[in-house]
Amino acid sequence: MDSSAPVSASAPAGPGARKIIPIAAAESESVGLYEASKKIYPRTVRGMFARWRWAMVFLTQLVFYGLPWAQWGERQLVLFDLAARRFYIFGLVLYPQDLIYLSGLLVVSALALFLFTAVAGRLWCGYACPQTVYTEIFMWVEHRIEGNRTARMRLDAESMSLEKLVKKWFKHLVWIGIAMWTGFTFVGYFTPIRELGMAFLQTRMGSWEVFWVFFYGFATYGNAGFMREQVCKYMCPYARFQSAMFDRDTLIVTYDPKRGEPRAPRRKGIDPRSMALGDCIDCGLCVQVCPTGIDIRKGLQYECIGCGLCVDACDTVMQKMAYAPRLIRYDTQNGMEAGWTRRQLVRRVLRPRVLVYTAILSLLVLGLLASLVTRTPLKVDVVRDRASLARIVEGGRLENVYRLQIMNATEEARDYRIAAHGIEGLSVSPDERITIGPAQSRWVAVRLQVPYGAVPAGSHTVHFDIREERGGIQVSEKAAFLVPR
Amino acid sequence: MSDFVNNFWSNYIAAGTVLSILGCMLLLWLTARKRVPSDADNTTGHVWDEDLREANNPLPMWWIGLFVLTIFFAVGYLVVFPGLGSFSGQANWSTRSEYEEDVAKATKALAPVYASYASMPMEDIAREPKAMAIGERLFMNNCSQCHGSDARGSKGFPNLTDKDWLHGGAPEKIVETITKGRVGVMPPMAVAVGSQDDVKNLANYVLSLSGAPHDSVRAGLGKSKFTVCAACHGIGGVGNQAVGAPNLSDKIWLHGYGEAAIMQMVNAGKHNEMPAQEGRLTEAQIKLLASYVWGFSNPATGP
Repeated sequence: MDSSAPVSASAPAGPGARKIIPIAAAESESVGLYEASKKIYPRTVRGMFARWRWAMVFLTQLVFYGLPWAQWGERQLVLFDLAARRFYIFGLVLYPQDLIYLSGLLVVSALALFLFTAVAGRLWCGYACPQTVYTEIFMWVEHRIEGNRTARMRLDAESMSLEKLVKKWFKHLVWIGIAMWTGFTFVGYFTPIRELGMAFLQTRMGSWEVFWVFFYGFATYGNAGFMREQVCKYMCPYARFQSAMFDRDTLIVTYDPKRGEPRAPRRKGIDPRSMALGDCIDCGLCVQVCPTGIDIRKGLQYECIGCGLCVDACDTVMQKMAYAPRLIRYDTQNGMEAGWTRRQLVRRVLRPRVLVYTAILSLLVLGLLASLVTRTPLKVDVVRDRASLARIVEGGRLENVYRLQIMNATEEARDYRIAAHGIEGLSVSPDERITIGPAQSRWVAVRLQVPYGAVPAGSHTVHFDIREERGGIQVSEKAAFLVPR
Repeated sequence: MSDFVNNFWSNYIAAGTVLSILGCMLLLWLTARKRVPSDADNTTGHVWDEDLREANNPLPMWWIGLFVLTIFFAVGYLVVFPGLGSFSGQANWSTRSEYEEDVAKATKALAPVYASYASMPMEDIAREPKAMAIGERLFMNNCSQCHGSDARGSKGFPNLTDKDWLHGGAPEKIVETITKGRVGVMPPMAVAVGSQDDVKNLANYVLSLSGAPHDSVRAGLGKSKFTVCAACHGIGGVGNQAVGAPNLSDKIWLHGYGEAAIMQMVNAGKHNEMPAQEGRLTEAQIKLLASYVWGFSNPATGP
């Protein structure tokens, strides 16, 4: 079928034919399936949302760059020691067995994302996403070195000169510096950062550490320096499922067409109503400041990261024109159509969907915190010996062998005593004290004995009780005691 | 690296791989050249379900670049590593060669650790906590499957922590046992002993040697039959480490305790084997392991 033919012309006539909405056949042109991406030169903008964005840049980067340097006693405050399989977070020592906390954290993060998105759109994208934050930092460097939007466009258009070369080289040098520092910091979460710094100065860093510093540095350089909005548009899945979290009461960055249209340039001081014009003067600033290069006046688009810079830009213009601000604003679809006041908007925030998200999120956070606070810093795994089922030993006693992995999740050496209960006459051998070093785990072979013939054949449930001598912490683990026929 | 029974399957897989890569290239080339009509409102003119219109949303060019890179990578990978049927690749890489390299690397890295124990007497090694930590790991990986995690064995597998040794408990003897392995053979003796009643009498006599509960009348009758056993187990049943014959006069019963178990041994005999470890462990490892095992039955007396 010739798809270029106007649809209305090829519509089948006659009774029973499906209704086809005719589409006006405008002049059709032929385009490729791919296009060279156009570079976006966002204009810098001042205003409330821009200030918020910078506040978030400082906050997130203060945490990211600063945290690995903080100390907690003898060690790093936050350290994910993958090689030794121990995670240290403040006073906590987490073992691989504590993976449930990571799962909990991920579920909480996902729910928080749902909640914030349902209430106020893509706040994460606009303010806290590393892609946004590093792009913001890199663009600030670019702006400092190459000048404002028009200067940058001019510089890119002109042929190579010494000045251009110097500017470009300097920009990339600074970018690479920031990127490498970011990579170094990232690795510093997994290897003690002070030692890593010393190792770097003495050029004796491990090959994997070098790899990850460069890998993460390169990713920062490439993503924040070159890919920028392309990551949001083509790689990030968030934009693609935002429609599942948005509803008509979600706050979005939106343009008020009722107030703005018809748009047209005009001189200052002219009453737009007298010329049958809307408030939009079609200056295009909202497009120029947009980091993803979209025109918000076309309505909500998946590229919109909800940063609100167009709001800032439009407000400046509205102020200059002496019009009311917020022609582009955070508003909901319902609010925009019905002309709701702020109070009416806020009332719709407390809708069932948001309440359910909030309830689940609070429950999970509380549960997670409670479980962390009440966590016993001692873990025990019991593994029945795989070689021998049961054996009779001297003295006519029936013996089962177990291996106990005792994990000390504190940062001091601790003494533990092992006891068992569950069967009449059960005794533990060797009845000795076991000392486990700080944040260490050890396998200990332990034997349980009962008098032969005292219990019927079969599998019996027993419990190991491992008690820490000083703190009095106790862990009980179930095991099976086998009595052969 | 050829697990195929004939060349057909190797060629089949190689052809499938090559055709897939060529297919990807063709697809990329065609889509990069394809032009679609686009209306002024940026739709393709394609309408379905009454009013759904297809917008033209072109992907960026670098996307194609990425795909092309993956093709280059695939081709390069298939040249260097095995992947095209049974072609083994330019780098001659295989999981076995990688494993052997890793083992060689680890052996080399550990050599100085073992070297420090080379000239040390085994009795001293058994008092060295660091060496014993290595010994424990070696034991867990190579010995615990039969002798148990606590080295106390089970039926048919000797307890290594007591003073009772089938072949001798001196450090050198343990090294010999681990290196060369041991075969314990108890031949079926019922024919030599006589009737089943004789065997039962003999079993009671054997029980009497260690003072275990037994029928003294039967034991008395069985005593004369023990002469055929004494060849290996010695007069009085004290055992003989030269042939690995267990001591029958102690309270340790490797193959089961009681009349029935002893009769079973006399009737059916037993062939017990400890496999040789010399092909699997190095001399240095065996020395550490033997010291560790020796340490069980010779615990350090407190200072």
